[in-house]
Parts: sequence; C-alpha cells; structure tokens
Amino acid sequence: MSMSDVNPAGIHLPLDPLPGHSSRGRLERVLRRGEFAVTTELNPPDSADPEDVYNRAAIFDGWVDGINAVDASGANCHMSSVGICALLTRIGYAPIMQIACRDRNRIAIQGDVLGGAAMGVGNILCLTGDGVQAGDQPGAKPVFDLDCMSLLETIRIMRDNGKFLSGRKLTTPPQVFLGAAINPFAPPYDFRPHRLAKKIAAGAQFVQSQYCYDVPMFRTYMQKVRELGLTDQCFILCGVGPLASARTAKWMRANVPGVHIPDHIIARLEGATDQKKEGKQICIDIINEVKEIDGVSGIHVMAYRQEEFVAEIVHDSGVLRGRKPWRKEPNPANELAEAHIEEARELPRQSPHELAGVAADGGE
Amino acid sequence: MADEPTKPTQASLNKKAVEKTAYKPAGVSATGRNARRFAVRLWAVRHSRGLEWFYARFADLFLRLHPMWKAIGYDRAERPVKFIEKHVKGFLFDCRMCGQCVLSSTGMSCPMNCPKQLRNGPCGGVRANGNCEVEPDMPCVWVQAWNGSQQMVASQAILTVQKPVDQSLRETSAWLRTTALAAARTEAANSTEPA
Repeated sequence: MSMSDVNPAGIHLPLDPLPGHSSRGRLERVLRRGEFAVTTELNPPDSADPEDVYNRAAIFDGWVDGINAVDASGANCHMSSVGICALLTRIGYAPIMQIACRDRNRIAIQGDVLGGAAMGVGNILCLTGDGVQAGDQPGAKPVFDLDCMSLLETIRIMRDNGKFLSGRKLTTPPQVFLGAAINPFAPPYDFRPHRLAKKIAAGAQFVQSQYCYDVPMFRTYMQKVRELGLTDQCFILCGVGPLASARTAKWMRANVPGVHIPDHIIARLEGATDQKKEGKQICIDIINEVKEIDGVSGIHVMAYRQEEFVAEIVHDSGVLRGRKPWRKEPNPANELAEAHIEEARELPRQSPHELAGVAADGGE
Repeated sequence: MADEPTKPTQASLNKKAVEKTAYKPAGVSATGRNARRFAVRLWAVRHSRGLEWFYARFADLFLRLHPMWKAIGYDRAERPVKFIEKHVKGFLFDCRMCGQCVLSSTGMSCPMNCPKQLRNGPCGGVRANGNCEVEPDMPCVWVQAWNGSQQMVASQAILTVQKPVDQSLRETSAWLRTTALAAARTEAANSTEPA
C-alpha cells in the first residue's frame, strides 16, 4: 500500500487532487501509476443491516483496488448501489458506483451522481442494465430513458462543463472517474471495438469486460482495439470469475445474458474430480493469460457467491506483483499517537509550573 | 457441488407463478405477434443502400418545398405529413414516432424497436445467434443496424454518439423538423455570406 493513497485527516475523506486525474479516488491513482489493478464485485444484501455490507466488503480487504456496488444486477431487487456506496465510503473503501439505465430516468440519475460524489464516490460505472424480464419483478416498467452512452456523456458534461444535461449550472461539479462495460463475446463482433471507441468518445476512462472464458476471442478483440489506438485513451480491465461447477457453467451460459462459455471449459470442468477447485484453477489460468495481453490494465474478479475465493485467486495468480492494495486498518498516525499516550501514562507526572522553573534555571 | 440440483431460475419461477388461463398470447414476445411487419423491417435493412439513396432525394425535395411549407404554415402541414410519415415509416421500419429519426445513422434499422431503446449500439446481452436478449425470437435491432450500415455510403454515421431521446418530441413529424432545421441552416449561411 502506498501511504499517499490515504488521506491523513480521515480515511473517509477524498484524496488530494493530482494533475491529470479527474477523480480523487484510489482506483484512478493505481491505474494512472501503471499498476495492474484488481477490482471486484460486492454481492448486495437483501437486508437493511449495514453490517451485512461491511462484512461482505471485509472479505476483499487488502486484495482489491475497487469494489463494484451493483445496481440491481440481473434486474433483481437488492440494496441500492447508492446505499452501498454511502456505507462503503463512510469507512474508507473505494467503491465503483454502478448506474443502470433500467430503473431511473435522467432526472433521478443526475441527482444520484451528485449525491454519490458528495459522499465520496470517486468512480462511476455506466451501464444499460439487463432487461426487467430477467429479474424477480418482470412486471416492472423498464425505463431506459438514457442509454449507457448518453449516460456517460451526461456525467462527463456534469464533471467537465459543470452543467446538468439541461444546461443549468452546478456550483460544484462531481469529480468522478468514469467507467463503462464492454462485452467482446457477443455479436456483432466486428462492431464491438468501434463501440468501445464510441464509449471513449462519450467519456469512458476505464472499462470492465464481461466474464472472459474465451481468451483467443478476447485476444482478437484486443488486437483490433490496439489497432484503433484505444488502449492509450482508456484502461481496460478484463472480467474473470471462477465457475462453481460444470452445471453452473451450463446454467450461466443459458440464463445469464451476454455470458459466453466455450465447450472446452465445460469439458475441463466435467473431467475434474473437484469441480470447484478446477473452476478456480481455470480462473487463475485465464488471468495468467490475459495479464500478458498488451493493453490490459487490470482484472475485474466477479465471484458471485464465491467471494471468499477472490483473495486466493488474486494471490495465486500473482497479478499484484507484491503490491498491497489499501486495506481497512487503523490510521498509522493514530496508532503512533495512542502509543505515545500509553507511554506517557507510565512516565512521572510533569506539571507545567515545575517545567517552567527548570527551564528558567537551566536556561543560560 | 455437481450433485446439488441447480437452483430454479427467477424466470422459470415467474413463469410458474403466473395464473393459468385459457387465453395464451401468441408467443411470449410482442414481435412474435407482429411477424408480418417484421419481415418488412428486415427487408428495409437488406436494402439500406437503396433506401439511403431514395431518402437523400426525398429530403432534398422536402427542402425545396420549404417555401410551400412556410406558406401553408408548418403547424398546419404537420397533421397530414405526420399521418403519412407514421404509416409509411411504420410499415417499412416499425417506426415508433420518436420524432427525431436517426435511421440514416443506424443502417435503416429503427433503434426504438430495441426493448431497451438503445440509440448507440447493441447491449452486451445479444445472443450468440444474433437475437435479442429480452425478446428471444427477434433479431437484435443493432446487429441488423450494423449489417445495414455497412452497405450504406455513410457507413461511418453509426459511429457518432447520439444524444438522449427528447421525449417531448414524441408523435411529431421528424421529416418536417429536419426540413425546417436544414432550411434555417441554409438561410443563416446565406445571410452571413454577403456580409
């Protein structure tokens, strides 16, 4: 951990602004320093207990640079991303606030961006969102007032021009690092790199990809992205995750929109005696392959309901190269002060009057 | 882990929870019920280049009629023009009358037919067969748009970032709006040139 990535006045406060940085968060600093970043996803609780969020975040302590607070992923109801971010920023974590266009219109979204930034959210990920039919409330009204592209542009305008979409001025613009999602594994394949170029033009500064299980396909995509010269303008984080079993893999392939799992991965899982272990090993192998691809700046580990494996996967794949990401620990300065107080308690009491007398006598 | 039965999906639970009645809609998706129009929509995408050529002439004609529109009054012309526009574009493209047509930038595939109404490209949920995530029997509007745009002269138009839809322009004529805007632009250009 670099000590400069902590605000000495309090862990919940934003970091000092740096030139060339658009946010005051830790993730942007890590990426711009050229370090290999690791982000992950917090499984949002179905409860109103803050401890649930804290406990789920604590699993990642010291292993990740950012935690995605998902916005009703898969169109299932959970604690909101704004709520999760409010809790996480309070205790110093660097959440990536996801905003999906499915549930809110432009009025609500712009309000949430300001609210989030005020709470100390430094990173916002703009998503279109899954359709309502995929979730637990298929009768809900799909909003989709903005799409991910116009959402990116809206927030970029708010940040850089200090204006709402309507043109009304903001007194303090939100300082955020803007992210988007990419899926190189869905048709139309030859449009996908151009779509990334569009997202960058709209304001994306980093992107997280969908689950990558087909490395050759990702490599071809990255080849095209490099040819378009996009890797200099945007940090690309490759999405990876362990598969719990061959059955889960088949289920995911059939039911989770946009997930592409090749047959050889499923065959490898089926052939293993301990499928869970094999799933983790496949994930580590994929990380080792993608980290070597030119233009990949980090990984995004999505271990849904296997969050306890994230630390192990990050450790075993060695992507951090010995770097220790920020972890929630007491401020070292406070610790030092507390130690001094402890020491002082054991020393003989000194009264200011006596000290003044000693100083007067001893002073030449 | 492998021995555990897979958990039922939320979609299958939803399906089970729905009351069984004698009435069953034809197909789950709305487009299944509109199969005829659907064929025309795909035809329009296949002939995007020809339609692009035609539209350029047509827009030009409309612009040349600008003095006439002005004489009649744009607001009085709106009703009949909108009626024709709605039915012609409705037949060809399944137009949803958003009032801010971008067909020339989307390969003659109307983006408002996307269940998420995306105007800037496909979402990540496109199925491997090129069909929609939300409506499995509909070919993805944006896969079509990409194919259509690649045949067009202005094949790069699909790469521009589109502004969010202005909902207050719904059910108004995009033809008249484009014409009036183009006329205003030429007038502005003419008035500045002599000076």
